[in-house]
Amino acid sequence: MFKGSERNSFGTKQTKAQTNFGSPYPFRLNFYDKPPLYEVTLEEFETSAIDRLRILAEIESSFARNRTWDELRHVTQMQCNKYLPLSSNTATTMDIETQRRSDHLGHFVLRLAFCRSEELRRRFVMAETTLFKVRYESDDTKERKEFLDAQEFDWKKVEESEKQQFSEELKALEVKQVGSSEQPPSSGEYVKVHWTRVPDLVAKRRVFLRGGFAYVPNRELSSFVFHDFESKLEKALEFTAKILPRMDEDTRLVPILNNLSQGFLAGVPSEWSDPSAFGEEIRAEMIDDLAKKHFPMCMRNLHECLVRDHHLKHFGRLQYGLFLKVLGLSIEEAVIFWRKSFSNITDDKFNKEYKYNIRHSYGLEGKRANYPAKTCQQILVTDKPGVGDCHGCPYRHFSPENLQTSLLATYSSQGLTTTDLHEIMRTVKEGHFHVACTRVFEMTHASQGVKKGEGIGGGESVTHPNQYAARSIELEKSQREDAMAVE
Amino acid sequence: MSLDDANTSPEVMLQFYRMLYPFNSIFNWLNHEHVPTKLFTHREFSFTLQGDIYLRYHSFNTAEDLKKQVLALNPTRFEIGPVYSAKPRDKKTVRPAAFSPRKRELVFDIDMTDYDGVRTCCSAAELCSRCWGFIAAAVKVLHAALVDQFGFRHLLWVYSGRRGIHLWISDPEAMDLTDDQRRAIVNALTVVEGGKEMVRKVNVRTANRGLPPSLWGALAVLRTVFGPLVLDDQNCFGSQEGWETLLQLIPDHPSLSTLRSEWTKYPTRPSAQKWEELKAQINKTKGSDHTRLWGALEDVILQYTYPRLDAEVSKHRNHLLKAPFCVHPKTGRVCVPVDPSNIDLFDPRGVPTVAQLLRELDIAGEGADWEKTSLKPYVEMLDRHTMGLMEEARRTKRATAGGYNGKTEKSHQS
Repeated sequence: MFKGSERNSFGTKQTKAQTNFGSPYPFRLNFYDKPPLYEVTLEEFETSAIDRLRILAEIESSFARNRTWDELRHVTQMQCNKYLPLSSNTATTMDIETQRRSDHLGHFVLRLAFCRSEELRRRFVMAETTLFKVRYESDDTKERKEFLDAQEFDWKKVEESEKQQFSEELKALEVKQVGSSEQPPSSGEYVKVHWTRVPDLVAKRRVFLRGGFAYVPNRELSSFVFHDFESKLEKALEFTAKILPRMDEDTRLVPILNNLSQGFLAGVPSEWSDPSAFGEEIRAEMIDDLAKKHFPMCMRNLHECLVRDHHLKHFGRLQYGLFLKVLGLSIEEAVIFWRKSFSNITDDKFNKEYKYNIRHSYGLEGKRANYPAKTCQQILVTDKPGVGDCHGCPYRHFSPENLQTSLLATYSSQGLTTTDLHEIMRTVKEGHFHVACTRVFEMTHASQGVKKGEGIGGGESVTHPNQYAARSIELEKSQREDAMAVE
Repeated sequence: MSLDDANTSPEVMLQFYRMLYPFNSIFNWLNHEHVPTKLFTHREFSFTLQGDIYLRYHSFNTAEDLKKQVLALNPTRFEIGPVYSAKPRDKKTVRPAAFSPRKRELVFDIDMTDYDGVRTCCSAAELCSRCWGFIAAAVKVLHAALVDQFGFRHLLWVYSGRRGIHLWISDPEAMDLTDDQRRAIVNALTVVEGGKEMVRKVNVRTANRGLPPSLWGALAVLRTVFGPLVLDDQNCFGSQEGWETLLQLIPDHPSLSTLRSEWTKYPTRPSAQKWEELKAQINKTKGSDHTRLWGALEDVILQYTYPRLDAEVSKHRNHLLKAPFCVHPKTGRVCVPVDPSNIDLFDPRGVPTVAQLLRELDIAGEGADWEKTSLKPYVEMLDRHTMGLMEEARRTKRATAGGYNGKTEKSHQS
């Protein structure tokens, strides 16, 4: 049975019995719906949190580095084994209870550390949910089932008569999904939940919808579980944030918590933000030349669209504008550049509709935030280009024919030949867009001595357009200096 | 005063707001009951004044307050935003953390400009009755999907005054959706995507090339629309560019190569004939080839007729959308509600303009209001829609004695 009051907040209700297994932690997985209600030493408080933090930081950096799910899972499991091992019930030699206690405690300490701002909460929820997914997938099938049965989810089984009625539609759902890893074979069983509980399945059209209810095949239930985990954690964090001020007098815990939240911030590779990297100031009129010599394909495309159409749509301006900002274009020069580029519109319209946005992106209007340039990750997955848009990643968002034509048109003067296209198109087809981009970098900078596999220095692949441009500019500069030294 | 139809001068607008604008109907529709609730008092209104001056974060306690402010500012149009956790006009005095969007109608915006790649009759800001066919198809598909699949009941379609249509869904569940859930709906309903450089804009098939069940209904509707609209009326494959695009959308197959040379020789064949020839060729293929090519044909139908949503409008609660019954500043037409069951009969050029309404008012004589003009059926349409909403609010209120808008707000999630 589902008790409405119990789901919404944690910490106030302790009505649920401690479970019938005798142990406080009958399962390896934990929904963390009960806070640790026992005494811990300060040292335990801190170490359990730091151990967990190491894992979460690794998960975050995996996202930043565009790791695939399999890579991420592998890395996370390695980190888990090192810092926070969790064994299944069958492992008799391990001290299961200590492991699980430390997992439980660490989670709740970090809740205290990360509930304080919207940004921290969002990142914590994302990392924790990912960790839960990794563990869920690696859990023993039988134990996972027992764990799920012990939770009280509010779903309904789909009756046989309904299954008959919608047999065609339900059958159409029973297809192997591309890219999905380990999933138990279909059992022909479905549950019915309100569609708002499985938004990601709805978005991917992997459920059958009728009258506001989603018919979810049993094998897709994990999505429901993850979403439930995520939304419960979000609510719990907001709740914690509200009651946290009561702890302020505590001089033992607050410094530890402050340290932890800073550690999370510092543990993640810094954003690419070094405008002064190139020495001399960049002026509006230099951009055309810089673009032709140094910009990655995505920015070349935006630049050419801008030159051709004298306009870019919103997300195009955003992607290109922030890139130029981080490249070192000052606000004055940026206004000049965009004003010149939008040559078809009146001064009045420009000042009213565009100038504000340019100044906003430099942190001079509105909430005055210093927005970083978009990373490849963001360009690849967020704000997909719509009809008439020019932004996005060409390797991903162009059709293969157009990509080949554009690549040749753009880079043939820098040494890219038709024979190279085959290799690039193959990596694109496999979905390794950043690898394709890195290869193009290597090919077009071969004359400056960049060899295959060297990437943008030390074998690193392109994960940020600014990194691409910065390295390209750096190479040109060092070549110029070498030439001068010879004279 | 000269009253040509597109006249939207400040004097005309002021007269319109004073005599004609149905403030009470708008209030009831937003508020879901007669006594002002947070749904109205915490609601953001924004105004666009003459000269494109934009004022945000206004809020009002009653319909009367709103009217007073509208008459004082005399905006060219005004927009409706979300219900915030505090009154928007107090925004500067509350902590930023205590000021966030809480509720919002689920809204959709379809704009004719997004159809520029497929319509052949007009482009950009133009709209003729022929383009309206695309909008009509979009309305049918979206309306059916939102009602049958998502279970929404209170949908209000509003003509945007020039070249598009808006949809406002006011069900309590819709008001409560989070941004994530809104994004999920939009993604589920977005079928045509990809920028200028992507020829093939429909990629929705599952691994075994089937169409997900959520799109079956849409395809059934669009099949019937495709012939008259895309083939006969718009003649989309009539030009060389048009049929080249069509052939690019179909996977290469030996039996199709003859079509290219055939059509190059007789380029003037009408679209319907080309479509039939293509279908005939595909019907000659067998087995998995046939499934694949037939699927591609279905995708062509979707690419040319499936609704193209302006996704950003729907995804975030804090997006503003022009209020119904505003006047479009360029055309002078009133943004009137549209009956989705008669969408094919709707003619955008038959929508009353503000100048026309004021003329009708003059004829009706002293003291007349919208009831004496051709605005009447439209206001009544909104009132009928609101009655259903109010009925539901009353029922919910009775069921949860705590009050519809107060205590239940938080626990509504599951």
